Amino acid sequence: MSVDSSILLENARLLDPASGRDETGYVLVREGRIAAVAAGSPAGVELPAELPRMDAGGCWLTPGLIDIHVHLREPGDEHKETVASGTAAAAAGGLTAVACMPNTRPVNDCAAVTCQIMAAAATASARVYPVGSISAGLKGEVLAPFGEMRRAGVRAVSDDGRPVVNSQLMRRALEYAGDHDLLVISHAEEESLSRDGVMNEGEIATRLGLRGIPAVAEEIMIYRDLALAEYTGRPVHIAHVSTAGAVELLRRAKERGVRVTAETAPHYFTLTEEAVGLYDTRAKMNPPLRTAADVAAIRRGLADGTLDAIATDHAPHSSLEKDQEFDLAANGIIGLESALPLALALVREGVLSPRRLVELLTTNPAAILGVPGGRLVVGEPADLTIVDPEHRFTFQAPDLHSRSHNSPFLDLEMQGRAVLTMMNGAVTWRLPK
Amino acid sequence: MSAEYIFPHRHILGLAEMADVDIDFILKTAESFKEISQRSIKKVPTLRGKTVINLFLEPSTRTRLSFEVAAKRMSADTFNISGAGSSAAKGETMVDTARNLAAMNPDCIIIRHSCSGSPGLLARHIPAPVINAGDGTHEHPSQALLDLMTVREHKGRLAGLKVAIIGDITHSRVAHSNIIGFSRMGARVRVAGPATLMPPGIAAMGAECCSSVQEAVSGADVVMALRVQKERQRDPLLPSLREYAIFYGITPEVMAHARPDAIIMHPGPINRGVELDPALADGPHSVILDQVTNGVAVRMALLYLIMGGE
Repeated sequence: MSVDSSILLENARLLDPASGRDETGYVLVREGRIAAVAAGSPAGVELPAELPRMDAGGCWLTPGLIDIHVHLREPGDEHKETVASGTAAAAAGGLTAVACMPNTRPVNDCAAVTCQIMAAAATASARVYPVGSISAGLKGEVLAPFGEMRRAGVRAVSDDGRPVVNSQLMRRALEYAGDHDLLVISHAEEESLSRDGVMNEGEIATRLGLRGIPAVAEEIMIYRDLALAEYTGRPVHIAHVSTAGAVELLRRAKERGVRVTAETAPHYFTLTEEAVGLYDTRAKMNPPLRTAADVAAIRRGLADGTLDAIATDHAPHSSLEKDQEFDLAANGIIGLESALPLALALVREGVLSPRRLVELLTTNPAAILGVPGGRLVVGEPADLTIVDPEHRFTFQAPDLHSRSHNSPFLDLEMQGRAVLTMMNGAVTWRLPK
Repeated sequence: MSAEYIFPHRHILGLAEMADVDIDFILKTAESFKEISQRSIKKVPTLRGKTVINLFLEPSTRTRLSFEVAAKRMSADTFNISGAGSSAAKGETMVDTARNLAAMNPDCIIIRHSCSGSPGLLARHIPAPVINAGDGTHEHPSQALLDLMTVREHKGRLAGLKVAIIGDITHSRVAHSNIIGFSRMGARVRVAGPATLMPPGIAAMGAECCSSVQEAVSGADVVMALRVQKERQRDPLLPSLREYAIFYGITPEVMAHARPDAIIMHPGPINRGVELDPALADGPHSVILDQVTNGVAVRMALLYLIMGGE
């Protein structure tokens, strides 16, 4: 990928929540960096004749989108996804950076594994920020070497996929993460309440004879982690918020100044537990899809600032893991290539303004993770996304870049898509004509 | 029922997908088959040349035997596959097992499985009809049908009856199918048991939740006790079987609240002295062995309807 890429992107709706910019204008990219951001047309500006130009046709131009919660499966489960295939999917979804969770095989709990991921990331289609594990081997017993992993490239720590059951360990993780400038991401689940559960607890689970996971299993653990964050004075980030009660807990915690940020995933604001239908394993994930009231609360939380980011929890699985009994099927769905259209639906439905959407998809994720990007600033690397919010398409398996196709959204009509994604000024995705 | 009624189901996955006319038709068919088991030569040629596979991936004695007896009385050839020693124990997925079985061209696969919904998964992957012989904590349609048949035999009707189901409603596929079946046939179903074993949303299935066993049984025509599974003590859902017997067991004192002519049912096997007083199990109100007898007739009817009905 060339770093001396230069291009003029003109006639775009520039959406940059960090500066408050929302106007038609242009972005000039020189040698992979943003050289100018301005309203109107570049008519009077002196530009080299050979400079490539692209007319965005009034589409949105935003800072490159950032997903702080994905599973890239490398190393260990390359039949599901790799750093290369996952970042190709990310680029096609308009993303220029992803944070990948440590539950690989082996677990990313030491610098050696982090280095392996970083090596693969060097040629990837998006920036990759590995997340290290909180506990060695995700076993929940002792701390992983945060400092060593930080040096190798880790930006956050999490035992995602599993909760940190031991409260003392979680407290120490929060304290020690501060020494190494790492964000602690909480997978909030009280396992004694959720164990063996496979979908949301309630009427549908009863009817299907499936063991339920009650909302309180998530909320109790969020409460604990909020209490620990408040007690230690350290920030905590809550992953994949799915319940109305969790949104309310976060709202109150933020009101009293607890240092907490939180994300939700597109499926939690789009689908309810009804999607399980007759044991459709594509609707099995953890936390599970909840009720219509939860979906409404998640949407309110995104709009009012209680929830800070939309992250996909992109969890690729092959048919080996999914095409079996519901109880036995793996948790999780892919999300990188459907997140943007699903999020844009919230704009069309009047839940979010375009500006708020861009905040949730890039400005805030960059700030939460403490990484560059998320803003249109002269001199910064040209990580940019051009979004056509009107583009209609069918979300189909053959078009996906991910190695896995486990999505409940397959074959649905969608609206809104990235038409161009650029990292360091180099095109990582261009929507085929 | 109109003359042109045609049984519309290819598979028997659960009573949730059955209309009242379907259930009535199955029961009528079963009632007409019951006599076959009372003959000295208990065999009719109806399903001769048909192949039935009993795929029992969870332990079962009476249901498997009942299906096997039913198939053999209809002259079908039956083959049994059990969990232990099957390909499942060697790590083969159920979908692969199903495809391999389907390649042998069976005419019906009867499946018992510990995972809810697995009969539907099987049905999606093979061309043969599938009968659910109990899936996880979902449904056990043939058991509910034999219960409906037994009640109708004793009471002459189903509509308007009061049915009390007592025990572990959460984990009982028998209770789930019976709640659906009885309420669909116009009976009023009340359930009671320890609060730890009463699932959310049971009212939506058609049952009324009662706060005590006495309340549920009050005025009942039918009292059904469910088997207590001993492992529920570990979950922890129950303090002890002794405590269960005292507060949730069906005893003569509890039955005093039911109608004098109430019948007592149990899907078996019984923990005598836990969920059901031994005197009641063997007493004049008990129809427990009729349930077993009718089980064969109901299963003959199901096999006939999905394989032989032309």
